[in-house]
Amino acid sequence: MEVNQYLEMFIEESKEHLQACSEHLLELEKNPNDLTIVGEIFRSAHTLKGMSATMGYEDLADLTHKMENVLDAIRNEKIHVTPEILDVVFESVDHLEDMVMGIANGGDGKRDVSSTVAKLKLIESGESVIAEVAATAVAVTPVASALEYDGFEQTVITQSFEQDFNAFEITVRLREDCLLKAARVYMVFEILEKDGDVIKSSPTVEKLEDEQFDQLFYVAFVTKESAEDMQKKLLKVSEVEEVIVVPITIEQFKYSEREEEVIVEVVEAKTEHAVGPSVSTPAKAPEKATPVKAGPVGNKTIRVNIERLDILMNLFEELVIDRGRLQSIATEVNHNELNETVERMSRVMGDLQTIILTMRMVPVETVFNRFPKMIRQLSRDLNKKINLEIIGAETELDRTVIDEIGDPLVHLIRNSVDHGVENPATRLAKGKPEEGTVVLRAYHSGNYVFIEIEDDGAGINRDKVLEKAISKGVVTHEQSLSMSDKQINELILASGFSTADVISDVSGRGVGLDVVKTTIESLGGNISIESTQDVGSIFSIQLPLTLSIISVMLVEIEKEIYAIPLSSIIETSIIRSSDIMNAHNQKVIDFRGKVVPLVFLEEIFEVPSKEVQDDEFRSVVIVRKGEKLAGLVVDSFIGQQEIVLKSLGNYLTNIFAISGATILGNGKVALIVDCNALIK
Amino acid sequence: MTNAIEQESIKVIVFQLADKEYAIPVSHVQGIEKLMHITRVPKTEKYVKGVINLRGVVTPIVDLRERFELPISKNEETTRIIIISLEDMEVGFVVDSANDVLDIAANSIEPQPEVVGSLGEEFISGVAKLDKRLLILLHLEKVLNPLK
Repeated sequence: MEVNQYLEMFIEESKEHLQACSEHLLELEKNPNDLTIVGEIFRSAHTLKGMSATMGYEDLADLTHKMENVLDAIRNEKIHVTPEILDVVFESVDHLEDMVMGIANGGDGKRDVSSTVAKLKLIESGESVIAEVAATAVAVTPVASALEYDGFEQTVITQSFEQDFNAFEITVRLREDCLLKAARVYMVFEILEKDGDVIKSSPTVEKLEDEQFDQLFYVAFVTKESAEDMQKKLLKVSEVEEVIVVPITIEQFKYSEREEEVIVEVVEAKTEHAVGPSVSTPAKAPEKATPVKAGPVGNKTIRVNIERLDILMNLFEELVIDRGRLQSIATEVNHNELNETVERMSRVMGDLQTIILTMRMVPVETVFNRFPKMIRQLSRDLNKKINLEIIGAETELDRTVIDEIGDPLVHLIRNSVDHGVENPATRLAKGKPEEGTVVLRAYHSGNYVFIEIEDDGAGINRDKVLEKAISKGVVTHEQSLSMSDKQINELILASGFSTADVISDVSGRGVGLDVVKTTIESLGGNISIESTQDVGSIFSIQLPLTLSIISVMLVEIEKEIYAIPLSSIIETSIIRSSDIMNAHNQKVIDFRGKVVPLVFLEEIFEVPSKEVQDDEFRSVVIVRKGEKLAGLVVDSFIGQQEIVLKSLGNYLTNIFAISGATILGNGKVALIVDCNALIK
Repeated sequence: MTNAIEQESIKVIVFQLADKEYAIPVSHVQGIEKLMHITRVPKTEKYVKGVINLRGVVTPIVDLRERFELPISKNEETTRIIIISLEDMEVGFVVDSANDVLDIAANSIEPQPEVVGSLGEEFISGVAKLDKRLLILLHLEKVLNPLK
């Protein structure tokens, strides 16, 4: 289909417009009298309507249209902004988002939105009863028209009515197997022009001639002939499947006129009837209603498919490997000029690597921007007053991390809102401001990005957590005695733990915070909690800047090289074989006063070994998973290196204790050890 | 593979394994590589030799001799890796040698002969007679699955 190439663009842009809608709606809620904001929302909705109608997503266009009507009424001060009205508008935006997501996932964007549509209509008409004059314009809202007319076209049609012409909107559908679409279009137009005048067509005539449409096109047409005659004539054209002729009415125009932002009349009407509780004076309306073309100044950017960046990255990695070879050759040959060239090449490649990596970086804003709406909804559902502050939304993270981090953050924010921030009454009793604050903060530090969720709520009840953890068997009473406050706080992340006494709909659907912890750890990050009772909590997530390049320790086992991620290594150590002790068939060592179990990678990975050697010293890498430690016994350490993470492909999945692979400087593949799988 | 019968002739890569000749449609073949360093992947099936670095992509390698439970041969000069792509998988097959690219007429392909007990008959989708040669067409889906 012709539209496919535009589909991606359509989805991207629709998402942007919907995002703009939600942002402005939130703003509007704070300043209900600022009509310029309504203008902004209206513009986004209008563009969205146009785009979706062009792409043939009727349901999407229709709902946007209904929403637009309400917005228009607000903008023209016929309806006053109330939280209830905004609820409905938010609901429609949610529906629209779901529809767009549906389309993005290969669906047709259809969805049953009748209840929302009914509510929108109710708002629209309910208020227009008061504003009598305006009501006529609103009440006759026609079924979404496929064509929109500008001032000139409207005048032409209005004049033709005066001269007893009929105006029709004609929808022509060609057969799907139609081969010469342009020719059929030409024939249709020839018939039309014999009997009257074509005012407008959608798509435009040029596009029709270039066959830039599917099967459907629309024509606005004035004629003296009757609708039935026109329909019959047009159906004579071969390969035309269906012709629908709908008369254009003057009322339709009144509606369109309003849409075209000709609002002066309405304002006049309002002065006469002095409508209800409107706050701002009607005289202000015309200037305010004209949307100011603000918006960010367009950066010069292009959209690039992430796959292409991956390919670029792959090719670059090839270069890195070849550079390694070249370097070793240069050292052997010891030729001055060759050495210099190789050196210069290395420097350029260093810069290139930085650029390629930064190209994959996306601001966390893309994840954060859905939270204001979520908080609003949550606080209404829970009858709490919550203010969300977002700091550092411009902080950049690798695209792959961004894709994964959304759900854990949703979980944590829901948790803060539900369990953290107290009811307004409780807060007042505690001497806190009625409105709770949730701060979402992102910042860079070293090779990591930190995301913090801070609330000024109740904090974690240490005793309650302990009691629960012991009753659920997460820890024993003895263990609990030696635990620090921080360790106790972090118990709420343990699996099989949920502190809410009552399971609410918001958080605690049986899925605990342990899922969050697992996800974050699988991304190579970790999460910690700081909390003071009755003051608040901070959930801090540490994430690697990128998933594609990580620091590892290369180790050798017999002839094989394995990579252990530095993020899980605590330290390396060389121990005497005589220091290895046995405890319940498990070899352990005493490491700084702690008993650490040993894992012999040689056995785990079934490395073919020539002979059993009895070394006096063994090399051990101490790794951790949360609070647990383990010592990985290897033959020797090679050193620390930045490597490019690669997957093993779709054929080899779920390999035990191997999380991926990388290509070493010599072109060979080394496997990356998944320490989390090695520690029980 | 599945629509091989409908076409008039198909182009296949012919390779040698033990003393038999096998064929894979060219459409599934990404390339033929000389034997290179294979990194062993622990805890996998015996016939999974490991992974190689195929121009920056980590590609798993299956030894067809071991997959078909044929006697293991020592690596020789002629040993090749045929890179196969099937659905979203890319896998390399270790074969004794890759000899030829041939056009096989569709009508020369016959269903697998019903000789019970021949090696790995479930992997064979048909045989093609070509002059005096007998080519065994592989059923790639079955060769690659299941891997559990």
